[in-house]
Amino acid sequence: MGKQIAVQEGLFTWPSDNPQLIGRKEKSTGRIYFPAIHNYVSDEDSDEVLLATRGTLWTWTIQGFLPKNPPYKGLEGPEDFVPFGVGYVELPGEVIVEARLTTANPDDLEIGMEMDLVIEKFMTDENGDDVMMFAFKPAED
Amino acid sequence: MTEVCIVGIGIHKFGRTPERTGMQQGAFAVRDALKDAGVEWKDMQFAFGGSAAAGSADALVNELGLTGLQFINVANGCATGGSALLSAYSAIKSDQYELGVAVGFDKHPRGAFNADPRAAGLETWYGDIGLMITTQFFGMKIQKYMHDYGIAPEVLGKISQKAFHNGSLNPNAWRRDEIDMDTIMNSMMLSNPLTKFMFCSPAEGGVSLILASDKVARKYTNRPVYLKAVTMRTRHYGSFEVFSPYQAIQRADSPTVFASKAAYEMADLGPEDMQVIQIQDTESGAEIMHMAENGFCKDGEQEQLILEGHTAIDGKMPINTDGGCLANGEPIGASGLRQVYEVVAQLRGERGDAQVPGDPKTGYTHVYGAPGLSACTVMQV
Repeated sequence: MGKQIAVQEGLFTWPSDNPQLIGRKEKSTGRIYFPAIHNYVSDEDSDEVLLATRGTLWTWTIQGFLPKNPPYKGLEGPEDFVPFGVGYVELPGEVIVEARLTTANPDDLEIGMEMDLVIEKFMTDENGDDVMMFAFKPAED
Repeated sequence: MTEVCIVGIGIHKFGRTPERTGMQQGAFAVRDALKDAGVEWKDMQFAFGGSAAAGSADALVNELGLTGLQFINVANGCATGGSALLSAYSAIKSDQYELGVAVGFDKHPRGAFNADPRAAGLETWYGDIGLMITTQFFGMKIQKYMHDYGIAPEVLGKISQKAFHNGSLNPNAWRRDEIDMDTIMNSMMLSNPLTKFMFCSPAEGGVSLILASDKVARKYTNRPVYLKAVTMRTRHYGSFEVFSPYQAIQRADSPTVFASKAAYEMADLGPEDMQVIQIQDTESGAEIMHMAENGFCKDGEQEQLILEGHTAIDGKMPINTDGGCLANGEPIGASGLRQVYEVVAQLRGERGDAQVPGDPKTGYTHVYGAPGLSACTVMQV
């Protein structure tokens, strides 16, 4: 059985029982950026911070057609492509992050609703490992 | 002080022209503009030009003549045309030159752009999982805007319907057929709330403008169009832009707002003075938002303006009178100059069936593009 590997190391804590997105807080301004691995600010003037796992849906859309490959790495073809949700989730007091959503049903999505971070399988790579990505799903409680 | 005039305009039809390269379409547009101004290529003292995907603009000298002129390539994404025009404006305004050319052309493959995350300064994961797609951004920006200001999806359809109607009156447009509301609203949902017929497509085409100092302009035309302002601005921290893995909670106005204000200030005219308006309509939602961002109305007022027909060619606020990007497609390098071409043609009263009534004296153009930039112009006769 393959391993579960992150689509990109440093995006979220992984492996973990309680995964969190990894942001970067600029000391001089207090601004928070995501992801931490990106050089938005200098290492000297910033620290990594773990971000909240619950936020509110800021906006959303549904990706209705198969994205071009490259850059898309998904293995679906035009026949078996299933639309997926994409949105921005506001993590209160922190930052607004872009992510795939676990639902692609417009009836399930409403701006302002609560969303929770989940780590889910994106695809199986050529080594048989599961490539994991972060996503947000409508909160259940 | 020297003023800058547009004395010649040229265009190569937008859409698909398999028999010509993008470069050849650019050369076609330059020849068309030279002819319009009654000048020759050898008279050109300088050129600024750009193309995103059809080669280096300065290679046009191979087609047009090896006259030794200064030819500078400009690359600013969707603002490439605006930046070429701004550069040409400065060259004349500064009295360095009296007569020159701005040109933009392009030729893109079918379908949505497949942008490379690394070229946009992002890591590959962003493209891997399917976020590197411009249409998502457009869907998400208008989704939020419609939610915040209570705008009905029908308004999106009306904008497309108007665009295709105006395209049917424009011999240089790509889409020449009217499309009814039902077809627009029920076409494939590409990126909720935007359907297939609410998006423009990457395309082909070329546009060129001949610019001259006001001291010599009347040698070339009896109706010079004064370029009163041309501005270009990039994004601030907190504006909502394409290809953004994060956004700041603290919000800022879009680059359009800044480019637009600067343009009105430079021209000493306001949005209420503009009689012909071209604004970026990459998709129909963009036209809604850009109406407010460019100062033509307040947020939320668009629904009534559009549904009551005020943005039609014969309305009080004619917008995208040549069909905009929706009917012309978007050859990146040429798109911003197409808007200027249309305004000049309107101010000269040369647009026939699509002529804005009442002999308009002022016009405005606006482009917006990745990764968060905007260029605006104000023109006057």
